[in-house]
Amino acid sequence: MRIGIVTFPGSLDDVDAVRAVRIAGGEPLRLWHGDESVHGVDAVILPGGFSYGDYLRCGAIARFSPIMAEIIRLAGPPDAASPGLPVLGICNGFQVLCESHLLPGALVRNDSRTFVCRDQRLRIERTDTVWTNGYAPDEEIVVPLKNGEGGFVADRATLDRLDGEGRVVARYLELNPNGSYRDIAGVSNAAGTVVGLMPHPEHAVEPLFGPDHDAQGRSGSTDGLRFFTSVLQGALSV
Amino acid sequence: MERVRSVDTVGDAARTPDLPQPYGELGLADDEYARIRHILGRRPTSSELAMYSVMWSEHCSYKSSKVHLRRFGATTTEAMRRHLLVGIGENAGVVDIGSGWAVTFKIESHNHPSFVEPYQGAATGVGGIVRDILAMGARPIAVMDSLRFGDLRHLDTRRVLPGVVAGVGGYGNCLGLPNIGGEVVLDPVYQGNPLVNALCVGAMKHDEIHLAAARGEGNLVVLFGARTGGDGIGGVSVLASETFDASPDREGPAKRPSVQVGDPFAEKVLIECCLELFAANVVDGIQDLGGAGLSCATSELASNGDGGMVIHLDRVPLRDPSLRPEEILMSESQERMMAIVRPDDLESFLQITTRWDVEAAVLGEVTSSGRLEVLWHGETIVDVPPRTVAHEGPVYSRPLRRPARLDRLRARTPDRLPRPSTGEGLRALLLRMVASPNLCSRAWVTDQYDRYVRGNTALAMPDDAGVVRVDEETGLGVALALDGNGRYGALDPYQGARLALAEAYRNVAAAGARPLAVTDCLNFGSPQDPGVMWQFAQAVEGLADGCVELGIPVTGGNVSFYNQTGDVAVHPTPVVGVLGVLDDVGRRTPSGWRTPGQAIYLLGATREELGGSEWAFAEHGHLGGVPPVVHLADEQRLADILVNSSRDGLVDAAHDLCEGGLAQALVEACLRYGVGARVWLDEVCERDGVSPFAALFAESTARAVVAVPRSEEVRFTDMCAARGIPFARIGVVDDGGSGADGEPVLDVQGLFTVSLAELRSAFEATLPAVLDA
Repeated sequence: MRIGIVTFPGSLDDVDAVRAVRIAGGEPLRLWHGDESVHGVDAVILPGGFSYGDYLRCGAIARFSPIMAEIIRLAGPPDAASPGLPVLGICNGFQVLCESHLLPGALVRNDSRTFVCRDQRLRIERTDTVWTNGYAPDEEIVVPLKNGEGGFVADRATLDRLDGEGRVVARYLELNPNGSYRDIAGVSNAAGTVVGLMPHPEHAVEPLFGPDHDAQGRSGSTDGLRFFTSVLQGALSV
Repeated sequence: MERVRSVDTVGDAARTPDLPQPYGELGLADDEYARIRHILGRRPTSSELAMYSVMWSEHCSYKSSKVHLRRFGATTTEAMRRHLLVGIGENAGVVDIGSGWAVTFKIESHNHPSFVEPYQGAATGVGGIVRDILAMGARPIAVMDSLRFGDLRHLDTRRVLPGVVAGVGGYGNCLGLPNIGGEVVLDPVYQGNPLVNALCVGAMKHDEIHLAAARGEGNLVVLFGARTGGDGIGGVSVLASETFDASPDREGPAKRPSVQVGDPFAEKVLIECCLELFAANVVDGIQDLGGAGLSCATSELASNGDGGMVIHLDRVPLRDPSLRPEEILMSESQERMMAIVRPDDLESFLQITTRWDVEAAVLGEVTSSGRLEVLWHGETIVDVPPRTVAHEGPVYSRPLRRPARLDRLRARTPDRLPRPSTGEGLRALLLRMVASPNLCSRAWVTDQYDRYVRGNTALAMPDDAGVVRVDEETGLGVALALDGNGRYGALDPYQGARLALAEAYRNVAAAGARPLAVTDCLNFGSPQDPGVMWQFAQAVEGLADGCVELGIPVTGGNVSFYNQTGDVAVHPTPVVGVLGVLDDVGRRTPSGWRTPGQAIYLLGATREELGGSEWAFAEHGHLGGVPPVVHLADEQRLADILVNSSRDGLVDAAHDLCEGGLAQALVEACLRYGVGARVWLDEVCERDGVSPFAALFAESTARAVVAVPRSEEVRFTDMCAARGIPFARIGVVDDGGSGADGEPVLDVQGLFTVSLAELRSAFEATLPAVLDA
């Protein structure tokens, strides 16, 4: 199974997403922003970072890159019932997905007005997505969060819809690190193929290089790995 | 519109030898100006004058420090050099870490700009040191920072500290470099002179080392990266007869910023572009543009190489077309590099820069003339021997004199300062100490730094060293610690430098890494003050001697003078970075315990040493006496124990003792994972002849606390005994203590018990309470 990881100018966690896919047992393929083709990969990851220096708005410029035109086309509109290309947007990738209107809402500056790096507890609330089917419903995990513009916002009607249709993928527990409305850490499209997530599962895949503890308090968290193993399962069952 | 502005050419200079030149305003002394005239055989052009003035400044030429810094090179033995692939003198030192891998690391200061403009001063400080590492051919893999500010509650600290932290984080995070540690120190002595020292470490294979030399006649000189603007040209505007009034006939901006402005996105793109250029083998020599911009890069490349270069300055891509040539030569616009490229490689070079949207311009070529020539629209405005600009600047032997007040300072010992002796008094003191500005949690700062990016960080703050994996297949990696102590330096600059070295060395060993190399940032007051110069000479001597004793070389570093406001100089503050190697970063040792039942040992001997201590300062505002004695042979033995027992699994936790003594170390080791401990001090007090107060708060050196699994105790104590390290079993790791509901506590038997909750609350509250107010 080939998972494409896009590199925009300024992408940072692309190498980490590549590593996570490899550890999960998938075949990572690096994609260049200027390329119009995704080369037939089975799924795409838009990684974290500061694409285009966050000029204008985070993800605002990346959204217009040639590869995004193709990804937008293949992913399909957010409310479509039939599944298109699976896409996982992490942090800056989530911002790109919102700017692309593949997901609703937007990400704004942390309410603390500072960059926050912390080991964040989350609840996985939607497990029938391509990216989260490996988690148990309402499972709690600990993965790193690190951003300056992580506040998820949307109008009330959209928030009610996301809640009502069970499209909130993950919620912050114990502490809301950025002022996201309704503690939303990640959302999905209707079909469950496109997921945007603020925290970084790719940084909780090797026990010694991630958070000190996982959600069970065990030493070293690999709680993020199942985002990457899930997609391998999901593709097989489609 | 035609830019008709007469430019001072070499021809003009020859024709008008007596033209008065504002060399004084540019910082050149009479004799320096006379020497330039002698070198050139005529008066310098205004561009040449600008070039010499900035390259011969203290910051670029090290004129006041050179005679002392030579001691490093002079005392480095062949044995010390055995792991060195590149030593002092290049952009950064390069250390062999095995398996064909090398790392390059260095620390630099950006103190004065950070006082003027905290965010950009700090940001461009990070940017600059990262480019130095990149210019060695390495991929930068981590950063660290050592920050010093004034009093925590002073209004100006509220201006400077958050700005600097935001700048360090903002630039480093955007570059995708994990920040893996450092220090934050608060002391009124730094109120008007904050210290911002930034370190970067990079990794490469042995055959990827690049040097800053321009060789090969006909090879092209290529400037690439950001466009050049009016950043940081400072005093050079004197030459352009700039005033700071905006008048209508001005062609360009009338005001120039004195602090450079950074764009980390441009630097990230530059890093990736450079690494691709290196991999494609199309770069023959490379230099980054930092202080003194093009003047520095061209003269250094030429001087290090075959000695000749011709540059067409009008080909420099400009952000501001009104810049005069002198300004272009001096500009410190960020995110620029200069490469020497073989003509056959140019096409490939430009293909790669185009792919990354990085602008590149061929400015000229390497020549055999032995001169650096700069042309402006065909006219020669600079024609100098590059060595005289870059490497043969003035060398001063400034007068030194031991300050008279030092004896008074040392005589004022802390012996008579009141200290508690009861359990209750010690308990209250402990809570005050962990909450004190220099011992409290730095999470307010470090939570603004990305520690995870690149996925190779095995250890970071609050542990003793930052540990980064270099080779994903084998787990080979490096550890780094950055330490300094200005108060120790004030009491004894020679010992203070050795103490800083000892602390960083000890911290690297505590993480389980074998120390290999040293970098240093020497922050001092004005070199025109003989007392400061004496302190500087002492510190250099202390550090050089210390390195010889430990057998590890200084590979490069930085000097920052003029950290002083009026007559008040900062404490002599050498900041020392030590780099170590781990064969497998998986074996690294954290600073806190987590397995109940493990034995806690105190390694090393404790003496009643409170001179310059955190206790004396925080409780009594006292600075006096003598700093703790440092025996580097003891540090070596301790380090051997820590490294070997880490590797062999004899210890699960190791934390060095330094500021705040044993008390601070115990609290930090408990709070690290929220697991308490039961300890007893009577054995140590009796063996070493110290009071419980001293046992807890003295800052004696060559000590650490470790957690040893019961099954390994015998092997561990045998190892200590064999090496002659004093050791004492002082406690047990204890998850459920005597607190309510078995909540974790630190129980110092016979004296006091304090819950981890209470400790954590005191430890974590201080910085947010002041900085978020």
